[in-house]
Amino acid sequence: MTSFSMEHGLILATIIFMLGLIGLLSRKNIVFILMSVEIMLNAAGLAFVVAGSRWSQPDGQVMFIFILAMAAAEVSIALALIILLHRKFKTLDADAAHNMRG
Amino acid sequence: MNALFYIASVVAIAATIMVITRLNSIHALLYLIVSLLSVAVIFFLLGAPFVAALEVIVYAGAIMVLFVFVVMMLNLGPQTVEQESRWFNPKIWIGPAALSAILIAEFIYVLISHGRQNLDTRMINPKQVGFSLFSTYLLGVELASMLLLAGIIGAYHLGRRKEAVFHRYFRRPDALYERLHPKEENKIDENGLKAGDKPLSKTNVSGMKQKKSERGEL
Repeated sequence: MTSFSMEHGLILATIIFMLGLIGLLSRKNIVFILMSVEIMLNAAGLAFVVAGSRWSQPDGQVMFIFILAMAAAEVSIALALIILLHRKFKTLDADAAHNMRG
Repeated sequence: MNALFYIASVVAIAATIMVITRLNSIHALLYLIVSLLSVAVIFFLLGAPFVAALEVIVYAGAIMVLFVFVVMMLNLGPQTVEQESRWFNPKIWIGPAALSAILIAEFIYVLISHGRQNLDTRMINPKQVGFSLFSTYLLGVELASMLLLAGIIGAYHLGRRKEAVFHRYFRRPDALYERLHPKEENKIDENGLKAGDKPLSKTNVSGMKQKKSERGEL
């Protein structure tokens, strides 16, 4: 088979993770923040699969499945919170909920 | 095969850059789907077809559709794009971008200076993955099931519209206010009924009485 090196896969995962981090740090809209978190989780899963492929063991793919389950649970909760935020403050600004007065 | 990896990588990075710079959230979501699909191509090239299928079905299929549903449900107008352009100016993103670029450069330097380790892209079939998942990582599967249950319950609890619950003494929602601030027309008489309530309750009572009398005749 072919051989692209493990480093290239890990560099790709790092670049995607850092793009997600930039989005997370620079965005104010809470939907975009959640999307950036998804990008970062996906990059972490990519790193796991690359590492599992390096040793040709299934463990990396198992870890990706766990990350997938965690992302699904997290997204469902976070989207419910976004709907609550939008219903309460009529905005998607993450700073709207800065003083938790209940 | 090598070229396919690099093409998919470039597509993934370009689509991710588009995700974090779009102003319209639906456009960003569609670019995110493209990014996830190109990562799925990379998984397939790495010899992980099961995970590639999961990426397409669960990530691009289910999670992104959930996002699209919520963004459609929020019903954001065109004024949100202007608001986004006010929030997303270079003064805000230049700092995080510069610092992250330094970290990327460091990481690439570390990886390249360690020399090249070729990947073994033999296919790991779903049978091996499933065997490992349900033998070595069985405890993790149980924990993931509990996490998903917590997710279901939490999403249900948060998404539910709150029902106002009153003590039976204040069964009508405005009863407490009326008791505290009695107005002339809202004065509560000795039976605990307002003037407006009387006809309805009277007919009810009389109707019940009528039924009783009918029953008696029968």
